[in-house]
Amino acid sequence: MRIRFDKLGVVIAAIAAYAAFLAPFATFRANRIVPGEARSILEALPATTGPLLLAIVVAGALIALLKTPLVLRLAASVVALAALATLIGVAGSFLTPAGNTFARISPASGFWLLIFAFTLLLADVLTRLNLSPWARVGVLVVAALAIGLLLISGQWNSLSILKEYANRADSFWAEGSKHVTLALGSLVAAVVVGLPLGILCHRVEKLRAGALNVLNIIQTIPSIALFGLLIAPLGWVAAHVPGAAALGIRGIGTAPAFVALFLYSLLPVVANTVVGLAGVPRAANDAARGMGMTDRQRLFGVEFPLAFPVILTGIRIVLVQNIGLATIAALIGGGGFGVFVFQGVGQTAMDLVLLGAVPTVALAFAAAIILDAVIEMTATKRRVETA
Amino acid sequence: MIEIEGITKRYDATTVVDDVSMVIEPRTIAVIVGTSGSGKTTLLRMINRLVEPTAGIIRLDGNDNRSQPDYELRRSIGYAIQGHGLFPHRTVAQNIATVPVLLGWDKARIKARVDELMTLYQLDPEAYGPRYPHELSGGQQQRVGVARALAAEPNVLLMDEPFGALDPIIRTKAQEDLLAIQKRFGTTIILVTHDMEEAVRMGDKIAVMDAGKLVQYAKPAEILAKPASDFVETLVGASEKPFRLLSLGRVSDAVEKGTAEGEAIPGDASQRDALAELLWSGRSALPVKGEDGKPLGRVTVDGLVKRAARPA
Ligand SMILES: Nc1ncnc2c1ncn2[C@@H]1O[C@H](COP(=O)(O)OP(=O)(O)OP(=O)(O)O)[C@@H](O)[C@H]1O
Ligand SMILES: [Mg+2]
Repeated sequence: MRIRFDKLGVVIAAIAAYAAFLAPFATFRANRIVPGEARSILEALPATTGPLLLAIVVAGALIALLKTPLVLRLAASVVALAALATLIGVAGSFLTPAGNTFARISPASGFWLLIFAFTLLLADVLTRLNLSPWARVGVLVVAALAIGLLLISGQWNSLSILKEYANRADSFWAEGSKHVTLALGSLVAAVVVGLPLGILCHRVEKLRAGALNVLNIIQTIPSIALFGLLIAPLGWVAAHVPGAAALGIRGIGTAPAFVALFLYSLLPVVANTVVGLAGVPRAANDAARGMGMTDRQRLFGVEFPLAFPVILTGIRIVLVQNIGLATIAALIGGGGFGVFVFQGVGQTAMDLVLLGAVPTVALAFAAAIILDAVIEMTATKRRVETA
Repeated sequence: MIEIEGITKRYDATTVVDDVSMVIEPRTIAVIVGTSGSGKTTLLRMINRLVEPTAGIIRLDGNDNRSQPDYELRRSIGYAIQGHGLFPHRTVAQNIATVPVLLGWDKARIKARVDELMTLYQLDPEAYGPRYPHELSGGQQQRVGVARALAAEPNVLLMDEPFGALDPIIRTKAQEDLLAIQKRFGTTIILVTHDMEEAVRMGDKIAVMDAGKLVQYAKPAEILAKPASDFVETLVGASEKPFRLLSLGRVSDAVEKGTAEGEAIPGDASQRDALAELLWSGRSALPVKGEDGKPLGRVTVDGLVKRAARPA
């Protein structure tokens, strides 16, 4: 029998081999800001579990490498990810000297590479399984629950990132909700303004090029510069418009962050609305008029539903983009997860940076999966057939 | 009654419809034929104001078609768009219900009407009603397009090549159904087609268009007998003329006294079919029976051949 290799599996196996045997699994530091010392899998784990993890990784890599049934690949990736997730916690308690509250254990490059390799395998399997939108959201929920359980169980409490969390539990949730409010709020504002603007651009050809150009230029202004540009006008508004300051409008803080995110969001919303409306089949528009629909009825009954999947794609872009960009808001006192990132950078405390970065990435990732599923659900029902 | 008076449509410098005048009598079918790009669709779309004319006036039952809001006008005129133009995001049933919904009919009445039309066009309402247009064949889509145009029982029906995608059998059936509906409701129909056969069969009058101009507007027999120009002659198809002429008449009008052997042909069949049957079976005469099955007489090859000759 000829042995056949899986193309992606070769890459996965190579990464896993390097990560398991050559890269450090965990980092040990005497306190939170000194440079760390690397620990391999065998050093970081108790005598029995170390070899067990190695065995799981090697078996998983072999399954990935060879052409194997999807179910087996699915099982291998899930088992490997679960083992990594639990055992990094074990490494945390194992490496922490008893009674020492200053020592910090954090996952090192080998751990992250292994997570990356097996997530790649899992993603590949899920793609090949061609899951329905609901099933993909289901997978997301299961993954989120598993991570939530691990967090609640205290399995990871000995890891440095959770020690940082323990010190800042209150502000973590406060900044988190600010982050989400900023990202979602500016998205809602962008949709409220961008949709009508997009419709207007679609109807009035003269306006289209101009509006899209202006939005394109805004998009290219670096975020820090945009904040700077906003300080003066917002400061003026706060000082001169009665009631503005009471609403929280100021030159720095949440207001300019919100406005900046809103401005960045406009282009994708407007552009996708224009593209979506332009993609409505001519014959459908024609029939709508021929049947006696008013402009309004045609907009809401025909153009909008047909353009909806494209518009939703714009909203997806904006949401994912905003979740990432909202990190920058911390620079001008706007709050959000960025607060931890910039504090961490200032203190050269990598763990604190991660405390801000990891939830941001997770949020963006989840938002992308959910909206992709929604887009697919709306698009299949309303598949546009160009007759 | 539809009166088209001096209608012209120009796009920039090109004249697409050139000073067309014609009157379509109530409860009749006018068929517009002409080469591709001759302005048929444009002329049709000026009637329901999807295209605004550059000059001229169109009256429906004496009223200028600009005297009411365009959307109200269009709701009162059935329109089967060229290439069906179904809404891809709406089911077949929803598509057919478009105008009744706009007119605010109640649910039960809409459902009854949709079911009636789907049954008429041989689409099972249970099976096809909930489907989306892309789940139908081209011919089925076209029938849904026609059903949608008929939904609100309009007095005036504009049809732009409604039967182009249908196979000959279903096409004949669809034409018969349309004729029956037209008779029953007294609908005034303007139908665009490329098919001369269809034009002769369906039209009370035929309008021939060439490069935006109305070249001839007359009864089918007259178009066949006295084509106004070489263009009309070519369009009618010189070699087909005698057969087209025969297809206009019924066997009962060509009955002669006497009897003949063999199976009788019904009196309401076309003379063309009778001649075809005679030639195919190698006989010189066929018996003719009335609707009640009683013998009416016979048709002969000689008699039919005389009728196929150019009228004096
Ligand atoms: N909106 C428009 N702008 C410019 N020219 C147009 C427009 N609509 C139609 N025309 C031109 O007018 C002419 C007549 O078009 P029309 O659609 O009426 O032809 P038609 O007789 O229906 O042809 P077909 O049999 O192919 O459907 C064509 O040359 C077409 O290119
Ligand atoms: Mg046409």
